[in-house]
Amino acid sequence: MRALNGVSFETEKGEMFGIIGPDGAGKTTLFRILTSLMLPDEGDVKVGGFDTAGQYQQVRNLIGYMPGRFSLYQDLSVEENLAFFATVYNTTIEENYHLIEDIYRQIEPFKDRRAGKLSGGMKQKLALCCSLIHKPEVLFLDEPTTGIDPVSRRELWEMLRKLKAQGITIIVSTPYMDEAVICDRIALIKNGEFLTVDSPANITKAFPDKLWSVQTDHRHRLMHDLHNCSFVRSSFLFGDSFHVSFTPDGSPERLENYLHVSGHTKIGIDCIEPGVEDCFLAMLKDNDQAELMQTIEG
Amino acid sequence: MNDKAISAENLTKQFGTFTAVDSISFDVGRGEVFGFLGANGAGKTTAMRMLCGLSRPTSGSAMVAGFDINRESEKLKKNIGYMSQKFSLYEDLKVWENLRLFGGIYGMKDKEIAQRTDEMLGELGLESERETLVRELPVGWKQKLAFTVSVFHNPGVVFLDEPTGGVDPYTRRQFWQLIYKVADRGITVFVTTHYMDEAAYCDRVSIMVDGRIEALDTPSRLKENYAAGSMDEVFRQLARKALRSGD
Repeated sequence: MRALNGVSFETEKGEMFGIIGPDGAGKTTLFRILTSLMLPDEGDVKVGGFDTAGQYQQVRNLIGYMPGRFSLYQDLSVEENLAFFATVYNTTIEENYHLIEDIYRQIEPFKDRRAGKLSGGMKQKLALCCSLIHKPEVLFLDEPTTGIDPVSRRELWEMLRKLKAQGITIIVSTPYMDEAVICDRIALIKNGEFLTVDSPANITKAFPDKLWSVQTDHRHRLMHDLHNCSFVRSSFLFGDSFHVSFTPDGSPERLENYLHVSGHTKIGIDCIEPGVEDCFLAMLKDNDQAELMQTIEG
Repeated sequence: MNDKAISAENLTKQFGTFTAVDSISFDVGRGEVFGFLGANGAGKTTAMRMLCGLSRPTSGSAMVAGFDINRESEKLKKNIGYMSQKFSLYEDLKVWENLRLFGGIYGMKDKEIAQRTDEMLGELGLESERETLVRELPVGWKQKLAFTVSVFHNPGVVFLDEPTGGVDPYTRRQFWQLIYKVADRGITVFVTTHYMDEAAYCDRVSIMVDGRIEALDTPSRLKENYAAGSMDEVFRQLARKALRSGD
């Protein structure tokens, strides 16, 4: 199995770089290699000018890493965990307190609680503090928001924005497409390969077709009717509507007529701007036509 | 048969002085796709465990798939399906062996198992993978297979606990097609998710805050009532009221 296949990219100092893709795409393997915890079979990585294979000690002093799986000491308290990580990096909580202050204040009321007893959102905040306490130049965050509710997710991204403002380079992965727009640039990853690397704005600008949002009174039937419509190139469910693109002989007027004849009522068809998720879906389609066919037929 | 698949009345669970679930009452109709939302720590998992007969309520009652969760929890377990957010199949068994195992656990007859196996693998497009070890399947397919296993014995209600976490946007949509399919067959789907666009795919949605159900309606009426453009906005308005945090 090739977990990663010929991935190349660079990030600027102070950039927020997002790696967006599903489970099993190779995100965690990539993070382990970037953080010097695993050696690649081929290729090499430099972080802050240091080679992750030959100069891993320098690399490790430069970086902070928050793995996807909660990896703090469950039996130590919040404060003990933080002190431990500070000591390991030969520093103290006080020395870099300004970096974590905003985040740590939110969990400080629970500083005597064991880390294992914290809620999901609070665990993430503590893990973030621990990965920041030695003042890293580059911060690696592997899926910091997976399994976290929408409110905590938003808070976490707000914190990352502030860290970026302090000049820290951030490499962050997520399966949530809506989080991608916060990054300066994103890489879409699937099956160990980058499908594209660009700013979210450039990615959505490159969307090849006009995109329409389609809604009617009968959602279950609409799914079926759109899939069977000869001039619909693609249709994907987005919340309570479908995002639809046409083949050259399709048009919104033609679709409205088709849906009307098929018995739909309250038909709404509006031209919309594509988002990152639309682009990812279109790329998956180009990337793996066979998988798409199964979706359509399924 | 009753047209209610789930009806909960004042369902409550206390752990010591902490009230995890605070007197919730609601109904779910047969064949309905019901979204059960709430922030981390709002009490979703505790409520779901009671509805599955895995945890006894401190007070209150519920009927699920025709069985009383207090008095008939063993019968209840045979008549529901459950899929957790963590992958729950046996990785070193083949695809068909997993189906055989779970069918057997639910007391299905050999002939029925063989027939359903053909049916379900056909529906998933997995016929050619019958002899494949589950470990070797791509993640998306594992999730779809786990869902299939959870409805293999034709339960009255299937509980899905964040079934699409970490799945690519493409597979998520395939997954929802499967959900619609089983709902059309009359199986009631009770689903939790952190993806707010998926909340809009449900027939009705409830949102828990601090152990109580704060809102319950169709996605479109919820958006109307909260003057919100999206379910994400509805959720944030409600979750902001939460006083407690914790899992």
